[in-house]
This record gives sequence, C-alpha cells and structure tokens, in this order.
Amino acid sequence: MYAQMVKSEASNDDPEKLAEFQARIDADIKIEPKDWMPQGYRKTLIRQIGQHAHSEIVGQLPEGNWITRAPTLERKAILLAKVQDEAGHGLYLYCAAETLGVSRDELTEMLLDGRMKYSSIFNYPTLNWADIGAVGWLVDGAAIMNQVPLQRTSFGPYSRAMIRICKEESFHQRQGYDAIRKMAEGTPEQKKMAQDAMNRFWYPSLMMFGPSDKESVHSAQSMAWKIKINTNDELRQKFVDQTVPQAEYLGLTIPDPDLKWNEERGHYDFSEPDWSEFFDVIKGNGPCNVDRLAARNKAWDDGKWVRDGLLAHARKKKAGNLAAE
Amino acid sequence: MSVSVSNDALLQFLLRMGDNTLILGHRVSEWCGHAPVLEEDIALANTALDLIGQTQMWLGLAGEIEGGKSADDLAFLRDAWDFRNVLLVEVPNGDFGRTLMRQFLFDAWHSIMLGRLMTSSDDRVAAIAAKASKEVAYHLERSGDTVVGLGDGTEESHTRMQEALDYLWPYVGEMFASDEVDAKIVAAGIAPNPIDLREEYDALVERILTQATLTIPESRFAHKGGRDGRMHTEHLGHLLTQMQWLQRAYPGAKW
Repeated sequence: MYAQMVKSEASNDDPEKLAEFQARIDADIKIEPKDWMPQGYRKTLIRQIGQHAHSEIVGQLPEGNWITRAPTLERKAILLAKVQDEAGHGLYLYCAAETLGVSRDELTEMLLDGRMKYSSIFNYPTLNWADIGAVGWLVDGAAIMNQVPLQRTSFGPYSRAMIRICKEESFHQRQGYDAIRKMAEGTPEQKKMAQDAMNRFWYPSLMMFGPSDKESVHSAQSMAWKIKINTNDELRQKFVDQTVPQAEYLGLTIPDPDLKWNEERGHYDFSEPDWSEFFDVIKGNGPCNVDRLAARNKAWDDGKWVRDGLLAHARKKKAGNLAAE
Repeated sequence: MSVSVSNDALLQFLLRMGDNTLILGHRVSEWCGHAPVLEEDIALANTALDLIGQTQMWLGLAGEIEGGKSADDLAFLRDAWDFRNVLLVEVPNGDFGRTLMRQFLFDAWHSIMLGRLMTSSDDRVAAIAAKASKEVAYHLERSGDTVVGLGDGTEESHTRMQEALDYLWPYVGEMFASDEVDAKIVAAGIAPNPIDLREEYDALVERILTQATLTIPESRFAHKGGRDGRMHTEHLGHLLTQMQWLQRAYPGAKW
C-alpha cells in the first residue's frame, strides 16, 4: 500500500566504481541484483523496500478491522480482495528485497522487534465504516503519488514490483472513493461518518509524504541514485491539488481553514500537518503503534508451530523421495 | 424442472447452501492479518472471498424465490433461528490447526455435494454449482495438503491437529442428516440425499487423515440443529451481532 521514503545510507566505496555506477543510472540502465552496487545503495534499498513490504503487512490490520462488519456482501468481498492484494504486494516486495541479500525472515524479525519501521499511517485507527473508504481514497491515493514515480526507480526488481503494485493500487483508490461517495450521498448519519473519516485522515495522509526535504543531503543522494524521483513537497502538493476537487464533489469539508486556490502559483495553498505529531507517531506514540506491533508479534508467535510443522513435513517428504530414488 | 417442488422446500435448500458459505466465509475472514505466514494470509482471504461470492449466488437465488429480497436482506436481516447452516461452520476458529481442519472437513463435503449439484434438475442450481465447484476443488486441495503437512509435521503440530479433529468430528454427521425438506428436494431431482454422500466422504477423509497420521474418532455421535434451525450453538449470535451491526444500527441506509 505504501512506500515511505527512507533516508539514504552513506557509502564508502571505490570512486571509480561509483562513477561507473552513476553513469549507468544516469543513462537509465536498470541495476540488477548481480550487478555491483555501492553499499549505501544496497542498504538504502533494503530499508526502503523492507519498510514498504512491512507497511503492506501491517496495513492489513486497520482494514481487517472492518471485514467482519462490512455492511453488504459486495463491500465485504471488495475489502477482502483488497486486503488479499496487499498481502500479495508484501510478498513481491519481500522477494525484491531478497535479491539484495536479506531474507524475508530476517526482515520480519526486524519489524517485530522494532528495528525496522512501517508506514506511520497504519498507526491510526479505523473507527467507522467510512474510514475504509477514506483509507482507499486518501491513503492509497497518497501512496500512489509516491509509487507511480518509483516504477521508474533504478533497481530493476523494485521497479518491476512497483509496476504491478501500482495497477492494483489505482483500482483500490477508485473503490475507496466509490465507498465514501456512497456515504457522502447517503443518510445524515452516513454523511457524518464520511466527514468524521475525512477529519481524521486528512493530515495523516499529508504526513505520508514525509517532512519537507528541500535541503536534505540524504534525499539528494537518493535522487541521484534514482531511488527517489521527486521531493516530498512536490508529491504532497500534487496530492492536495488532485484531492481538493474530489472532496468538493463529495461535499466534504477538508479540515483546513487556510486551504485556498493560489492563482499565481497554479496550486492550492494548504496548512502543514502538525509535524510534532508525526515524530511522536514515528517514535511509537501513535494511537495504535503498540497494538499493531503486538498483533503482528502474536500472529508470528502463535504461528510458529504451524511453520515448524509444515517445514518438518516437507523435510520428511524430501527424505522419503530421496530414499525412494 | 422435471418434478415441481414447493418454493418453501427449495428456499430451505438454498438457505442451507448459502448460510454454510456465508458463516464459514465470515469465520475465515476473521483471520485477516493474523495468519502464521504471509502465504496463509493470502490463501485464507482468497478462500473467504470465494465463499462470500458463492453466498451472493445462493442467497441471491433464495431471495428471488422468497420474492423481492436481496442476498443482503437475507444475510444481514435474519435472526439466528432463521439461519440454516450446519453447526460445524459456526464454531469459533480456535488455533490455525482447528481452522484448517474445519475447512478440510467442510471442503470434502462441499466438493462432493457441488459435484452432484452440477446435474441438478434446476438449471439455476446447476449453474451455481458449476462455478463454485472449481473454487472448492482448490479449497479442498489446499486444506487437505495443510492437514497432511501439520498432522505429519512435528509432535506438537500432530497433537494439535488430533485435538482439532477430536473437537470437530461430532459436527461432521450433521452434513449427512436428512429431513422432509431433503425428501422433497431429492424427489424433484434438485439435490442428492445427503446420506448418499457419506460413503464417498468417508473414503476421501480417511485417505487424507491417514496420510496425516491422524486417528478418526470412533464415535459417530452428531451434534445437530443448524441445518433445520432447531438449535444453533451459542456462537452464532455473537457472529451475527458483529456481521449485521451496521445494517441493524442504520436501517434503510445504502452502502
């Protein structure tokens, strides 16, 4: 569902090889797993792809929270299909990360013990049914802004995973918009749910692009490596410009009194989110951080006997086949 | 249709099929995000999705027959006593082993039943069965493989799977119970007599459970009361409380 950009790692590599590597990137030649790459490039990608994969996995929880309460069979089916797609995205992304020399189990352990992050947006709760629409429309909408450029990212497996993921995400966004539209056009109680979802998800969605990075040295390196294509501010502006007319169409109020069209810039002016809240959530103090991580840890711990059992059976079968040969 | 059958008997039959898939689909969907491994999250969501899709077909047809009702009306606006699913599908998930054992015991019946329904005298029933049977063939393959893998895995996984089988076995017999509704449906050529599926079922289940190194309990005692609505478990009410909440709290709203 979401790629949150990470800061690039420092490199300490042979300058000649680095120059050659940079020349390939500048010529838009994809880097493949067996090619030489700077340590910093590898580490940055592992963190970014791993974090993206973790986000898909943890992202199942806020949406799964409503699967058993979906109001119609069709909505339940759509939500199930969406969550299934997201688990599938997690799978391709872990595979892409594995090509860089880190196993899925290692990445999972780093998620579970808090060494790796997932997108902070999933530390917010889904409190009413319209939240499921808002997650599709706003959260997936913001994610797509980040991910569409990543289809052109320099690392081949990541770029290819992103092409497939983006197709499905666009579909999710349309479904989310359709779900919230139905409510915005519905009974007064449904409109209230839709507005409530808008109020709670607007600023966290803007935070998904990360703080302003105009001056960031790390971002400059990631952009040179084409791991990152646009600045956070460019993408955030694009998201606001796209979303405001959609909200107007729905008759929902964006919770920002200073939001207005700026004729001169050709863009909407808008208020920055509360960045102290953003850093608090990253530190682990969001409304759901503890519960989300506890749920993932519980699933992993409770499932140990299953993984062990299936592995033991596979080994027995293999031994049996060898003996029969 | 070769022999006419009362709408009521046909309706009861359709509710039995659709309520099984609805309630089991709901139970399986409870796993979302909590499975032991990512592939299982995907597979469980996929199974739940298939079952909900089948529910839309079975309850959609039931609603038509009842006259102007939708599948959603039937799923979200009936109380527990009107549900016609077997008790097996409403028991709580328990651990992953119990969930997969329940799935296997149901899939085995479901695949045999759908195979027979493909030649139903009612074309609408035959069409739903044809579509569903492809999905269920895959469900059975997967749940059967998992039951074998865990039964014949480690000592712990073996013990857990045997416990799951012991707990669930008394709920198996209800899938083969017959009553007056069945007699009418059988006479009209719509569906087989449930008891006639038992031999094939026992052979299939025994083959898989033997590979899984598990022991089938000797007792043939069967808990009943779901498929005729006489007496559900205490669990169904809680499931409906959750599933039906939005429709009940905001009557008439469109979602």
